[in-house]
Amino acid sequence: MLHTFVALVEDKPGVLTRVASLFRRLNINIVSLTVGRSEKPGTSRMTIVSEASPSAGHRIMASLYKLENILQVDDIGQHSSVSRELALIKVAATPKTRSHIFELAEVFRARIVDLAPESLMIEITGVESKIEGLIQVLNESEDKILEISRTGRMVMRRGQHTSRVLDAMRVAGVETESITETPEQIAEEVDLPQ
Amino acid sequence: MSQSKDPAIPSNCTRLTGSEIMWATLEGEGVREVFGYPGGAILPAYDALRKFPIRHILVRHEQGAAHMADGYARATGKVGVAIATSGPGATNLVTGIATAMMDSIPMLCITGQVSSKVLGTDAFQEVDITGVTLPVTKHNYLVTRAEDVAPVIREALMVAKSGRPGPVLVDITKDAQQATAEFDFAAAAPRPHRPHPMLRAESEEVLKAAEMIRAAKKPVILAGHGVIKSEAREQVIALAERLQIPVASTLLGLGGFPASHPLSLGMMGMHGEAWVNQAIQQSDLLIACGMRFDDRVTGSLATYAVHAKKIHIEIDPAEINKNVKVDVALIGDLADVLETLLPHLAARKSSAWVREVNAMKGECAVRDIQNLPDTGHLYAAHVMHDLWHATGGKAIVTTDVGQHQMWEAQYYKHEEPRTLITSGGLGTMGFALPAGIGAKIGQPDKEVWVIAGDGGFQMTAAELSTIVQENLDINIAIVNNGYLGMVRQWQEFFYDKNYESSPILSPDFVKLAEAHGIPGVTVRTRAEVLPSVKAARERKGPFLINFMVEKEDSVYPMIPAGSALHEMIRRPDHNPLIETAQDA
Ligand SMILES: Cc1ncc(C[n+]2csc(CCOP(=O)(O)OP(=O)(O)O)c2C)c(N)n1
Ligand SMILES: [Mg+2]
Repeated sequence: MLHTFVALVEDKPGVLTRVASLFRRLNINIVSLTVGRSEKPGTSRMTIVSEASPSAGHRIMASLYKLENILQVDDIGQHSSVSRELALIKVAATPKTRSHIFELAEVFRARIVDLAPESLMIEITGVESKIEGLIQVLNESEDKILEISRTGRMVMRRGQHTSRVLDAMRVAGVETESITETPEQIAEEVDLPQ
Repeated sequence: MSQSKDPAIPSNCTRLTGSEIMWATLEGEGVREVFGYPGGAILPAYDALRKFPIRHILVRHEQGAAHMADGYARATGKVGVAIATSGPGATNLVTGIATAMMDSIPMLCITGQVSSKVLGTDAFQEVDITGVTLPVTKHNYLVTRAEDVAPVIREALMVAKSGRPGPVLVDITKDAQQATAEFDFAAAAPRPHRPHPMLRAESEEVLKAAEMIRAAKKPVILAGHGVIKSEAREQVIALAERLQIPVASTLLGLGGFPASHPLSLGMMGMHGEAWVNQAIQQSDLLIACGMRFDDRVTGSLATYAVHAKKIHIEIDPAEINKNVKVDVALIGDLADVLETLLPHLAARKSSAWVREVNAMKGECAVRDIQNLPDTGHLYAAHVMHDLWHATGGKAIVTTDVGQHQMWEAQYYKHEEPRTLITSGGLGTMGFALPAGIGAKIGQPDKEVWVIAGDGGFQMTAAELSTIVQENLDINIAIVNNGYLGMVRQWQEFFYDKNYESSPILSPDFVKLAEAHGIPGVTVRTRAEVLPSVKAARERKGPFLINFMVEKEDSVYPMIPAGSALHEMIRRPDHNPLIETAQDA
């Protein structure tokens, strides 16, 4: 099964290697790994998606925490969260064949970000299934996909699961008791369309 | 001109070179002995050494430096320090680092590196040692600036000894050693160590464990290396005595629980005595204390202690449910956890279970090699037994890897923690001699015996010369069976006695010792064992005994890899070796 971890790590040379090396050592395949600067100076946030047995989550998390450069790890599991991926897709298209791709893009809320005489580039953001949906439709309508580049999954838990959120709320004088995790329905709405 | 006798840097001078900062930081951290070997990229550090009250033990191979630092750490509980140059010096450390990693030994390796300006250019003797050692260190650092030397070394020492200990490597570029920076020891203090966030020993779990212990009819304590590292001996004894629970030890746990204690069972696992493994297989509750259910300990996992509930007390959350699924996990420092557990347990008078286990012992003693008649032939088991007897079980013994290691574990009864120093996890041949040197440097007042096979001894025999140069009083026992004995045993049992590449020729070890100025004797009969040991002990300075033992003896019992713990190959009732000996 897929395990998704979000890790706050020190932004230093070699940290990515340490994380990657850990998965290699455990003989666990990394499906995707995204990393970028976080809200805290000197730190980065990673989303790591890996394919491993259902019981492997505990060991992966415990092992990640053994890395000195890892500050915080969250095993997303079934927690309510927002998951996004960005993909750039270059499709072969002439001025004559473009228009139905524009329509497809509209349906998928994707954007055309480059037009050339023989091709165009689509930018699409969403959950993986949405991106895969577009790719499938493009394939089925016999458009020739020339190039795909995907960021991999990026995940953030909803609501107040970190003490940092609570701290921020307290400073703002908000009654923390009244804040509950965002209901699942809202999650569905925001993610639409698939 | 400064004199070489200058004790240290004048206190008003705080602008130092990276090299001076390196030594001053080690000195400030209480390091007094280091094991190393110089070379180009670490020469600035060696040049500065004379200004500091630190003893440098010059080794003969950097693997030796790492094993010495390791043996030092195991014997003292302090962090052992090894130093090497870049490139080949650094890669020679790797086996020693991996050995320390597998056994969770606190160790600091400092390597020189080419100048930061040429990093990544394949400069002379450049090797990416932080890359190479990444999977076999707890953590490692590349230092390219003099101002980072002190904070990094202080942090590295803290990382090495905190939580589950392990080796840490600090790679310092030559220009960082040569540049100068302000040195302020106090300001270089690391942030306090963050405990692993998944440590858990909540009161409900402790109560649940206590309830399981009270309810158990056939409990067994599994005492691992953690008993020694956490200094939890008293707590483990209290637990065992209060509820009359027999204690089985892992190889690295030997000495944690006194062998002469009536509740001590001895070593468990592949070469554990039959009663130990039978007790585990019949048990209804295993209380695992600072051990990790290694495959040499469990045999086949599917058949391991199937009737037993399991309580796992362990400092590393990543070990929980890794090999064996447990019912209660108390994740924390063993001594602390036992302190919170003990008040929930009331004393129990006697135990039918203990009597049952003792009865199993009696049956095994009949097969014991010590009960065989003295036919004049020499068995390794006799050597170990007599050595134990002569030293009162009090010596620090370092062993190599192979049959002799298992015989030592079976027949040398360790009473005290840190008296058995052996490579358990990695099983590194060549470990015993350098580890013994490290142990002697760390514990100069203790009697140290190095026990090695004829094969493994030849892997690091060059360190004999280190013993002489450092004037160390170390006794060496070579268990000489003319074979890579453990390999031969596997070939006998599992490869139709195809003794491919296991017979090994050795030099005359006594002459080899003499060439180094170390006296020695060759012993061929049991009657000569005790007198030779006596001679070694009485002599001030090193001594080597070459024990010519039975060539084709095997370690019994043996659980073939992957078999169930109770499916063991037993010592034959009639030892064919003895019979042929009598015929002759
Ligand atoms: C560095 C290394 N290489 C190979 C092995 C595999 N190995 C394990 S035991 C053994 C034989 C050891 O022979 P010896 O040192 O003579 O000890 P004995 O078993 O005869 O007591 C070997 C080759 C090892 N453990 N370590
Ligand atoms: Mg041998």
